Amino acid sequence: MITIETIGQVAEHYDIAVVGAGPAGLAAAARAAELGLSVLLADENPAPGGQIYRAITTTPVTPRAVLGEDYWKGGALAERLKPTTTAYAPGCTVWSVAPDEAGGVELGLSLAGQARLISAGQVILATGAQERPFPIPGWTLPGVMTAGAAQIALKASGLVPSGRTVIAGCGPLLYLLAGQLAAAGANIVAVLDTTPRRNWLTAIAALPDFLRSPYLAKGLKLMAAARGKLPFKTGVTALAAEGSGTLTGVMVTRGGATETIPCDALLLHQGVIPGINLANAAGCAQHFDTVQHCWTPTVDDWFASSIPGIAIAGDGAGIGGAESAALRGEIAALDAARRLGRISEAQRNEKAAPTQAELARSLRGRRFLDLLYRPAPQFLAPPADETIVCRCEEVTAGQIRDTARRLGVTGPNQMKAFLRCGMGPCQGRLCGPTVVEVIAQERGVSAEETGYYRLRPPVKPVTLAELAALPPTDAAVKAVVR
Amino acid sequence: MSEGRRSADVIVIGGGIHGCSTALHCAMRGLSVILIEKDHAGRHASGVNAGGVRQLARHVAEIPLSNTSMALWHRIEDLVDDDCGFTSDGQVLVAEDEEDLGNCRARVDDLTLRGFHHEELIDAAELRRLVPAVSDACPGGVVSRRDGAAIPLRATQAFKRKAQSLGADIREGVRVTRVARDGGNWRVETDQGAFLAPRIVNAAGAWADRIAADLAEPVPLEVIAPMLMITARMPAFIKPVVILRKRKLSFKQFENGTVLIGGGYLGRAIRDENRTVLDWGKLATNAKTVWDLFPIMRGAPILRAWAGIEARMPDDLPVFGKSAKHEGVYHQFGFSAHGFQLGPGAGAVMAEIIATGSSNVPIDGLGIARFATETESAVHSAH
Ligand SMILES: Cc1cc2nc3c(=O)[nH]c(=O)nc-3n(C[C@H](O)[C@H](O)[C@H](O)COP(=O)(O)OP(=O)(O)OC[C@H]3O[C@@H](n4cnc5c(N)ncnc54)[C@H](O)[C@@H]3O)c2cc1C
Repeated sequence: MITIETIGQVAEHYDIAVVGAGPAGLAAAARAAELGLSVLLADENPAPGGQIYRAITTTPVTPRAVLGEDYWKGGALAERLKPTTTAYAPGCTVWSVAPDEAGGVELGLSLAGQARLISAGQVILATGAQERPFPIPGWTLPGVMTAGAAQIALKASGLVPSGRTVIAGCGPLLYLLAGQLAAAGANIVAVLDTTPRRNWLTAIAALPDFLRSPYLAKGLKLMAAARGKLPFKTGVTALAAEGSGTLTGVMVTRGGATETIPCDALLLHQGVIPGINLANAAGCAQHFDTVQHCWTPTVDDWFASSIPGIAIAGDGAGIGGAESAALRGEIAALDAARRLGRISEAQRNEKAAPTQAELARSLRGRRFLDLLYRPAPQFLAPPADETIVCRCEEVTAGQIRDTARRLGVTGPNQMKAFLRCGMGPCQGRLCGPTVVEVIAQERGVSAEETGYYRLRPPVKPVTLAELAALPPTDAAVKAVVR
Repeated sequence: MSEGRRSADVIVIGGGIHGCSTALHCAMRGLSVILIEKDHAGRHASGVNAGGVRQLARHVAEIPLSNTSMALWHRIEDLVDDDCGFTSDGQVLVAEDEEDLGNCRARVDDLTLRGFHHEELIDAAELRRLVPAVSDACPGGVVSRRDGAAIPLRATQAFKRKAQSLGADIREGVRVTRVARDGGNWRVETDQGAFLAPRIVNAAGAWADRIAADLAEPVPLEVIAPMLMITARMPAFIKPVVILRKRKLSFKQFENGTVLIGGGYLGRAIRDENRTVLDWGKLATNAKTVWDLFPIMRGAPILRAWAGIEARMPDDLPVFGKSAKHEGVYHQFGFSAHGFQLGPGAGAVMAEIIATGSSNVPIDGLGIARFATETESAVHSAH
């Protein structure tokens, strides 16, 4: 592995560029390099691991029990890269991916304030998942953050929220995180579970598969352990953060009764969804996954997207968890090598067969979790008009409903022209799913029919100065490299 | 699709600003209208353009249409019940050197002779007053004070909604596959059945050549993908829209502080997939021009860049007016990256031509006949 420190060290062309150094990206890069391909692995974080194994090589949290045994598995993935020739670029933002005229893919990169355009024969997007937005009244108050943000602070810097902490929402990660934070010494005064009770009715049919699933059943144990130790409250149907200027408590509705729990930190989590911004901006086709209830890039059995040269591996192409992400990365790398003509189709199939079998096994039981933890409609589309949906442009649920009704706005792209939601720096990452849901509910149609934002590069902001300093021609690009 | 009507006085093909404006003005004249749009109104050039409402630096053949439009822009809320985000802080063409300024002077003199007075030569002092942030090296320029900008998708949808409220039947998500003569009518076939009307308007933007070809009036239309970039909010520093002549630039700060950077650099259009691919090398050149002219912009984060799919004609002028071959066919396309401002006026003029046979607004030089091939025009004149 060669660690890239300046933009000038990035080569002009790679056989494969992998975006994201989580389990999917690490596995894809390692496998591709082991096949003898030249590989760039670019990731905006300072160290490998992605979200799940964040800071695996650098975390200050040393007692293994705090983050759980599964976390430490990430170490092996990072180790596997070391003996290969992979060019690993930490702190490197990929802000654009697009097919080029030569039949390859062009990537826009920024590293330490300098931008560069390079090309690759194949690109594997392994940008992973993001937390599903969970807007409630008051969620923009200081003291409220997402559970994922709290987990990042814990893994990367060993920080736990100070004071009385409440965790609220739904999904397996909620329990995992509650357990991790408690083990790290956080004062958790309540875990508020919003899982709708009736979800059990639909999920139960998928329970047998879940129980046979080797990885997920273990999660169930974790969950049970956390529930035994922590102050759980289930059946939560409404939440509101309270406080003026800063968070003072959370108002909770359960079984028709409302109470306020005083707290200093509120961590929100409503499951994870694929991070689709880069794939969407590259023009990859996407569809609405009705089981996972989220927009998902459309990929084939080898994780190739609709755009030639671009594959999407790991949670970015549908939530499957860390184990499956790494397996999907392997498979995508094998197919990329086949597309580049470096291995035959037969070789690909043969090499992929065991991984595919393992993948099928790792995904068994997924459906149960998806159905059980499907968020309740009132958390997908906040009923309270004053709830802010788009944080960048401060657009409320009420404004979106009103615009959909009065101006007959039928989709999120049209909504932009009136309210600018989705046009701020996050380009809809934080509001997109909610805006779709609010419009869909208001119009009485499905999220699928409502559609999603057409996103635009740069997917992460790049400065005018960086852009102005881009080497403009091929010759100039070459001059910079030499 | 709801069944509804299948025939009308006029069928408009294309729901851009032009199609919607023509539909509205036809409806205002009491004609029954069906508008057919394959995606949604404003999905293409009309919804994603720079929103520049500019009379400045137009080709003389377009000026009458542009003047008609400008009058409508200044009372846009009365027309469509929505202000369309229209603001009028003028547009300024900045001369980067003395030679450039000389060209500006010649242009303004020429317009004066032709009786047009909307463009005004300005010296360095007035330029600095209007655009304090511009580089000191610039010796002057031209201003068109009634110019401005609007919000494109919002404007297009306002035209659509108003047309609808006056009875126009707007069919979105319906694709025209073929047009053909059917007795006294035109038969407009779509993926959702056929529609009939004695008069049809081809306002299909970057796809209009296909309709024209069906009508045996082929045109050398080029599909282009002009690119734009927008920055994060910046402190307010400029009011008018700024354009250049020698280098490509169009530059505008909105009231919310974001800055739009364009000027006509082209990406790649994949029109059959409604998709564009950006050319970052050219956007870098665009960024460099801003770097030179507006030092204040150097650290600005670029939040989004995009391109729209637009039709360009070889002479950079629209195709506007009656068909050269057929009774009841009207063309309104090929706006060559400057048709947004023309939308309101072009719709009014087109509806007048459809309803009365002619208009007082001169549109000489814009007819489709200018693209008839030599053999074709020979056949034509022999008839
Ligand atoms: C990036 C960019 C910046 C620009 N900046 C400016 C500016 O600042 N000022 C200015 O004045 N102009 C500007 N323009 C130009 C302006 O946007 C266009 O000239 C104008 O919008 C053209 O309008 P239109 O209605 O002809 O085309 P469109 O808006 O493209 O509408 C045509 C419609 O026809 C539909 N259609 C096509 N074929 C069919 C079919 N078979 N069946 C049904 N429907 C069909 C399409 O889906 C489309 O919606 C810019 C353009 C771009 C792309």
